[in-house]
Amino acid sequence: MSLLIWIVALVIAVTAGGWLFRFVGQTATGNAPYFRDMTVSVAAGYVGSFLLLAWIAYTYVSGQQADPAEKNKYFFFFIAIHGFVAFSIMAYFFRVLGTKFGTEGSKKMFRQMPLTASFGIVIIFAYAFVALFAGQIAVSSIVIVGIIGLAISEILRRIGGDKPAATSAAAFAFILIGMIIMYFVGPIAPYGQEEILGAANVVPGGDPALGGNPDFPLGTDQIGRDILSRLIYGAQNTVGIAFATTCLAFLLGGSLGFLAATLGGWLDQLLSRAVDALMAIPSLIFALLLMTIASVWSNQIGIPLTYFMIVIIAVIDATRVFRLARAVGSSIVVMDYIEAAKLRGEGLTYLIFREILPNATAPLLAEFGLRFCFVFLTIASLSFLGVGIQPPLADWGTMVRDLAQFINFAAFAPQVAVTPLLAAGAIALLTVAVNFVVDWMLHKSSGLKE
Amino acid sequence: MPGLLRIIIQRLLLGLVTLFVVSIIIFTAVNLLPGDFAQAILGQGATDEAVAAIREELGLNKHPVLRYLEWLGGAVQGDLGTSMSQALFSSFTGSETGSGLGSVAEQIAPRFRNTMFLASVTAAIAVPISIILGILTALYRNSAFDRSMNIFTLSSISSPEFFLAYVLILFLAVMNPIFPSLSNIYEGMPFGDRLEKTMLPALTLTLAVTAQMMRMTRAAIINLLASPYIEMARLKGLSPMRVIIKHALPNALAPIINVVALNLAYLITGVVVVEVVFVYPGIGQLFVDSVKIRDIPVVQACCLIFAAAYILLNLLADILSIISNPRLRHPK
Amino acid sequence: MSALLKIRGLKIEGRSDEVWNPIINGVDLDLNKGEVLGLIGESGAGKSTVGLAAMGFTRDGVRISAGSVEFDGVNLVTASAAVKRGLLGKRIAYVAQSAAASFNPAHKLIDQHTEAPVQHGVSGRKESEADAIELYERLRLPNPEEIGFRYPHQVSGGQLQRAMTAMAMACRPDLIIFDEPTTALDVTTQIEVLAAIRDIVEQFDTAAIYITHDLAVVAQMADKIKVLLKGDEVEEADTRTMLSAPQEDYTKSLWAVRSFERPTKPAVQTGATPVISVKNVTAAYGKVDVLHDISFDMHEGRTVAVVGESGSGKSTAARCITGLLPPRIGHIEYMGEALPLDYRKRNKMQLRQAQMIYQMADTALNPRKTIGEIIGRPVQFYMGLTGPQRRKRVEELLAEIELEPTQYIDRLPSELSGGQKQRIGIARALAAEPKFIICDEVTSALDQLVAEGILKLLARLQDELGLSYMFITHDLATVRAIADEVVVMKDGRVVEQGPKLEMFQPPHHPYTDLLLSSVPEMDPDWLTNLLESRGVDNIGDAAVDKM
Repeated sequence: MSLLIWIVALVIAVTAGGWLFRFVGQTATGNAPYFRDMTVSVAAGYVGSFLLLAWIAYTYVSGQQADPAEKNKYFFFFIAIHGFVAFSIMAYFFRVLGTKFGTEGSKKMFRQMPLTASFGIVIIFAYAFVALFAGQIAVSSIVIVGIIGLAISEILRRIGGDKPAATSAAAFAFILIGMIIMYFVGPIAPYGQEEILGAANVVPGGDPALGGNPDFPLGTDQIGRDILSRLIYGAQNTVGIAFATTCLAFLLGGSLGFLAATLGGWLDQLLSRAVDALMAIPSLIFALLLMTIASVWSNQIGIPLTYFMIVIIAVIDATRVFRLARAVGSSIVVMDYIEAAKLRGEGLTYLIFREILPNATAPLLAEFGLRFCFVFLTIASLSFLGVGIQPPLADWGTMVRDLAQFINFAAFAPQVAVTPLLAAGAIALLTVAVNFVVDWMLHKSSGLKE
Repeated sequence: MPGLLRIIIQRLLLGLVTLFVVSIIIFTAVNLLPGDFAQAILGQGATDEAVAAIREELGLNKHPVLRYLEWLGGAVQGDLGTSMSQALFSSFTGSETGSGLGSVAEQIAPRFRNTMFLASVTAAIAVPISIILGILTALYRNSAFDRSMNIFTLSSISSPEFFLAYVLILFLAVMNPIFPSLSNIYEGMPFGDRLEKTMLPALTLTLAVTAQMMRMTRAAIINLLASPYIEMARLKGLSPMRVIIKHALPNALAPIINVVALNLAYLITGVVVVEVVFVYPGIGQLFVDSVKIRDIPVVQACCLIFAAAYILLNLLADILSIISNPRLRHPK
Repeated sequence: MSALLKIRGLKIEGRSDEVWNPIINGVDLDLNKGEVLGLIGESGAGKSTVGLAAMGFTRDGVRISAGSVEFDGVNLVTASAAVKRGLLGKRIAYVAQSAAASFNPAHKLIDQHTEAPVQHGVSGRKESEADAIELYERLRLPNPEEIGFRYPHQVSGGQLQRAMTAMAMACRPDLIIFDEPTTALDVTTQIEVLAAIRDIVEQFDTAAIYITHDLAVVAQMADKIKVLLKGDEVEEADTRTMLSAPQEDYTKSLWAVRSFERPTKPAVQTGATPVISVKNVTAAYGKVDVLHDISFDMHEGRTVAVVGESGSGKSTAARCITGLLPPRIGHIEYMGEALPLDYRKRNKMQLRQAQMIYQMADTALNPRKTIGEIIGRPVQFYMGLTGPQRRKRVEELLAEIELEPTQYIDRLPSELSGGQKQRIGIARALAAEPKFIICDEVTSALDQLVAEGILKLLARLQDELGLSYMFITHDLATVRAIADEVVVMKDGRVVEQGPKLEMFQPPHHPYTDLLLSSVPEMDPDWLTNLLESRGVDNIGDAAVDKM
């Protein structure tokens, strides 16, 4: 009850502050239109946000000045603040860089990019880097990536033209160079993902006097595995598997969707009705049902459950992709230039790859981001529930479940209580980043004016 | 009116057909198990008698089509069959069915009520908040308020439910003990206590669905604000609030209803993870537990219930948005 | 007497990408009480923007950067939102281009009508309803007692436009802005709306700004005319002076457009094989027949104009010829031989001979392909040319349609103007080297001067290449300009057909007569004379229904 009173008091205080702020503003500027037309709630919003920022700054400063034992409790708070500031600065400079280099079109794109989107892109790059180079790079994987890159750009050149082929070739070349460098530099993760290092329950912070260990900056879990290494490998496993699943879902749903849109008729009817039926079952529930069955299969034929999971989630998600691809495809198919191409006598492949697909890339790319988030969250949830990615692979969902008990230490050691949130936070941060970018892309393609 | 009635009846029938198809999918999926699931559960080491007993208990010797019809017939009458744990129990003890553990229906019924309670509390908090916020952000679009709400909602959509749940536990249960972190509710608990114990899971779900609902309400209204009739309303000298309430909202009803239904349906999925985190004795937790011990009959039944609720909500939204469309309500 | 509305040095900017570009570069305007000003110009001239600015209103992404808009002594540019709201709807009203889109679909007409008077406290709800019914009656709406209690989708386009005029009149404003109120309507419906608007404005002595691109329409409605070009004022004068003696070159060129006409060709030799012959075609969408037993021929080097209002089946006829909609009965002949009915069964040779040019150049060109790819594809597909040969042919085609090849070949459609896009559409059709081209309303989305350029280009190509055109249009001025033969369609039937000269001479079929007489002429007295000759009860819909 006292909480309620506090909240009410705070709201009243902030509103009063807002009124005062507006009054001062009106008087100081001689009733400028900006302050004249400002509502009290808007002014209160400014005051409230200012108070919040001030509180964070106060906590930061007082935490920094406290004695080591007290300061160590704020360990993750400092990391969060430092990380946020560092990434914001990087995001800013990334955008500045984009406006200075590149073609006219790309410069313009960067100028119009909101800071949130730039922040998202920088975060995504950071995740991709960690995921790619978590462990020691094998020579064989460099060769495999090289071959895949060549194959993809060749396929794109045949069906999609030179521009996408060049883009994909450049991207793969970039990754290859990185892989070769990292081959010599060595892995990012200090230890193996399942390596048990003896000391269990090491406190984060790395200060031996306070139960930490400088070798394990984020501490270790109940059975003595390095949390930092597991987080880094988690990026590789969770993000990598989610990415592969999304690609599979797009390949399946996208191609069927465009086929249905272009051909129409009975094929369209059949596929659409089948998708309707599959979509009538909530996806997480359906995934859990199929995973139960898959777990029996996986025991019997010895294929790891993780592969089953990839296929199951890809199929479930492909239904959503199908819907979108079909909708986008249908809206393009009614265009006169498609009619013109049909009347010219063009074949199906030409229609889909040369006329429809180039016009569908923007919505599809945005949908890819959204689908990725969704798949990523589904996999994390399944792992959290214990039926997703299986050991020995380290993954974030499982980590949250394993470390969940630590949360009860919050009263005397907040830095320990936060450890289960690390993995969950890592998931959230990536999906937030992707959503920021997608939000911007959707905003851009919808052509809405500011 | 007859046109409208015909469309509604069509939708109802379609919903029924969907439910039927879904039941076939669920049943078929379970029958994809290698061999049959008596063998699968008991493993290679099981004696033939044990397997035969389980088979008998679950009726696995019958033809799949017959089994499906029996299962469906039972489900319609509220009999969801015998659970695996119960079958194991009775086959080992040799006692009659139903002794000791309840049937699937008996296991599910109280938990279903608990889940409905959680979902209702969440809906009661989330729906009004998100619609009001949606209207406000549409009204003050592109303002600092709108932008910060945008960042906040994007973040909350992006977070997995267990992240939100643990953050809430950390701040509202462990650091500041305001609400209990365990939701161990039971039959016959006073309403007030029950509400208090349900608060954290409900808040978690609220965070998860409000953002989505708010964003979609905002988008639905803003979408309409570009239409000529809104410009006309503004050129009539109406106040911005009246333009939104009187002119945009009635036309945004259909999308908003759909958004609400979609998110209530989403609650069904979200409930699974949240119930596990808070050890809330709802159907979601039963489902996950049964998945882990591969209690197929219970999994099957839960799945059917989730799907039915999902279909029902979508059907309701569909019918409501048809009714809200003036073109259908007042045909030419 | 001081002016009711006084605009001085009005400058308006619009935001695109991240810069503010000027839309209006300083317009002055004076309007006295009861006076009607016609504001004309081509698309992009900024006439709607000026019209809205006269209400102190700008759309999103547009702002007034300088100047003043003084309405009855109040400067609307600097006035607060509350003051403007007090004037809008009450003393200044607006009639939008599309009534169907501008009425809220969720409310009854009369509820929307009474909203402004009730909200502004002009009158109570009951009085306002009674007044609405009276206004409906004055505007000659059918069933005035009852029509207001319908929803917008239950009322036809022409009636909605009149109901919107009634709504604007609800508070008896001093000024009404009419923003192209008849552009979306068919010619026969347009007449009754024009007549209704003119009457009511005169009756209540309301000042009005009438915005349109149609000179003949503005001649009927306005006391004085102001011509705008790309945000600049060209000239302003009294209507009759402006029509008889325009001062500026631009205005003169606008006036001259209507005089373009091709020389008449000799009659077709009897017995000549038509390029395309439509034989007794009946076609249906689903179970409903939309074409009923239509037949006509198209000969080499000639243009057949297919005329009719929306829904008459003229585009459907084109879909039957191309094979997109196989006829239910009847067939299509090419050079005397029957074509397969479905386009999928036609061979490359047959597909090549019949090409199509579309109304909306925006949707007819793939926005992701360069001009070189768009025109090059049929060159490669039909002629088998690749590499430098293909490029050479594309350059020839671009030169043919009067676009500088090197400058345009690598551009995207979005970098071209509407007229240029339409030329690319023509080049793509020519690339197939066809005998026959269907032109589906190719000029109706274009401004008059640009449209004239396209028509001249088409005429030249026909003379050079001996092409045969099927020219689908609703605009009789275009027919007059380019047709050799005319087919008039109504409700899926051919009402009348024959050589152009015969068609424009009486006696006509009554529908052709109605159509011809409904086309506004530049004479300011045309509407008055027409109404007198037809009688009050015999205009527009009523006249069509009597047939």
